[in-house]
Amino acid sequence: MAFFSTNTRRIVKTGFFNFWRNGFVSLSSIVVMIVTLSVIGGLVFLSAILNSTLTEIKNKVDINVYFVTSAGEDQILSLKKTIEGLPEVAEVTYTSREEALVEFRQTHANDEVTLQALDELGDNPLGATLNIRAKDPSQYEGIAKFLTNRTSLSAGSSSVIDKINYFQNKTAIDRLSRIIDSANRLGLVVILVLAIISVIITFNTIRLAIFISRDEISVMRLVGAEQSYIRGPFVVAGLMYGAVAAIITLILFFPATYWLGGATQNFFIGLNVFSYYLKNFGQFFLILVGSGALIGAVSSIFAARKYLKV
Amino acid sequence: MIYFDKVSKIYPDNSVALENVTFTISPKEFVSVVGHSGAGKTTLVKMLLAEDKPSEGSVFYGSQNVQTLSKKELNELRRKIGVVFQDYRLLPYKNIYENIAFSMEAAGRTDEEIEADVPHVLDLVNLGNKIWNFPHELSGGEKQRAAIARAIVNQPEVVVADEPTGNLDPVNTYEIVQILKKINDLGTTVILTTHNKGVIDSLGKRVITMENGRIVRDDKSGRYVL
Repeated sequence: MAFFSTNTRRIVKTGFFNFWRNGFVSLSSIVVMIVTLSVIGGLVFLSAILNSTLTEIKNKVDINVYFVTSAGEDQILSLKKTIEGLPEVAEVTYTSREEALVEFRQTHANDEVTLQALDELGDNPLGATLNIRAKDPSQYEGIAKFLTNRTSLSAGSSSVIDKINYFQNKTAIDRLSRIIDSANRLGLVVILVLAIISVIITFNTIRLAIFISRDEISVMRLVGAEQSYIRGPFVVAGLMYGAVAAIITLILFFPATYWLGGATQNFFIGLNVFSYYLKNFGQFFLILVGSGALIGAVSSIFAARKYLKV
Repeated sequence: MIYFDKVSKIYPDNSVALENVTFTISPKEFVSVVGHSGAGKTTLVKMLLAEDKPSEGSVFYGSQNVQTLSKKELNELRRKIGVVFQDYRLLPYKNIYENIAFSMEAAGRTDEEIEADVPHVLDLVNLGNKIWNFPHELSGGEKQRAAIARAIVNQPEVVVADEPTGNLDPVNTYEIVQILKKINDLGTTVILTTHNKGVIDSLGKRVITMENGRIVRDDKSGRYVL
């Protein structure tokens, strides 16, 4: 145990020395890693922007079922119950004829002519509505089909449904579903490609750092040092490249997101990257320091292997 | 202790470095291996350290076949063999103390041992006054003495010196050979490769003479004959 801790201490110490001594190589490794980590961080922002934009749009999509004025409230409420029973449905809101009238009056509060015309009618011309929200945009189609089937079934007797506005939005909803789908797929591919490129560059930079130390490695091998003892300091240095690069990246993200914050808020619906960054700083810290340390350590292990062959 | 059994080494381009080499080295022996450049001296050393594998035959250290050792066993073997090279191979950015401490650390020795042994071993090679100097501040002979100190500090059973005097003038050569003799007197087996006639003749120890990868002479108390 004493032997182990002495070894560990020496490995860490040597790792620190390697880090400082090869100052220029350390610097270039860190710069490359900063680029890598910025890409990773940028992708986190991108997916956040994408997701929040999509959620916003998704929330704006819904189905309105308009009922004929003669439809009884109990009929509507029983239909509401049935719809709520569907697994795809997230929420159903009922607006009664009276509520619809109140809303109408409110929206047209400054429109005397319309209000007068409404008063002339004496009767309430507005039908009740059900507003349906699905859990996922792709499910609107199914819900709409369910409703039309129901309508046609009861068509013989007396259909209470006046119209379903989904079919007017259908093309827009279809397009949105497709965009969401391909955006997710494209995002995944971009993440993979960029991550692979970044890892390869980092790997090569660290290999250069190890190449500089090849004399030291050959001497270590000749005096019978354990593989783990030889490799250890490089892994420590790799971890340090990753950690330092991650911290610098985290600091750089402050002015970068601050500067971009207003622009993104206007361009994308409601997401300010600066406040998002502040709110999720812990998450960013973990992701960047974690992936930085991982890339550094793994690159070091692989890069050192070449010089450790007996 | 060390036994080469019909060892041959043929490189992929069909050049023959060693051909059917068989010899035994006993504990505490001082053996010189002589021959022209390219006679196979360095290949011999590489076989012993398992830095390279023989094409045919086997190399034994004690009862162990060097070529079949696991990595761990090989590391243990290398700790029993101290190596000195013609080009010193000191680490340039470490001072002499650190160079020697470095090899002790790699062998897993404690800090107390390192602090006690490094000055001691440097005294043994007459470098006690250069302990904090860097390699570039030392003469060739001093560098080679530091390299010897590094080779013997882990108290190996065998010291292999591959052309240690190749870059040195006669005075320094003499000093290095005296140190190797002293190490041998203290009970360590020494294998010295050289093509320096004066060194061999002054030693009066066993000499293995190589030519074109073969052993042509093996004299108990030999002289340099080529």
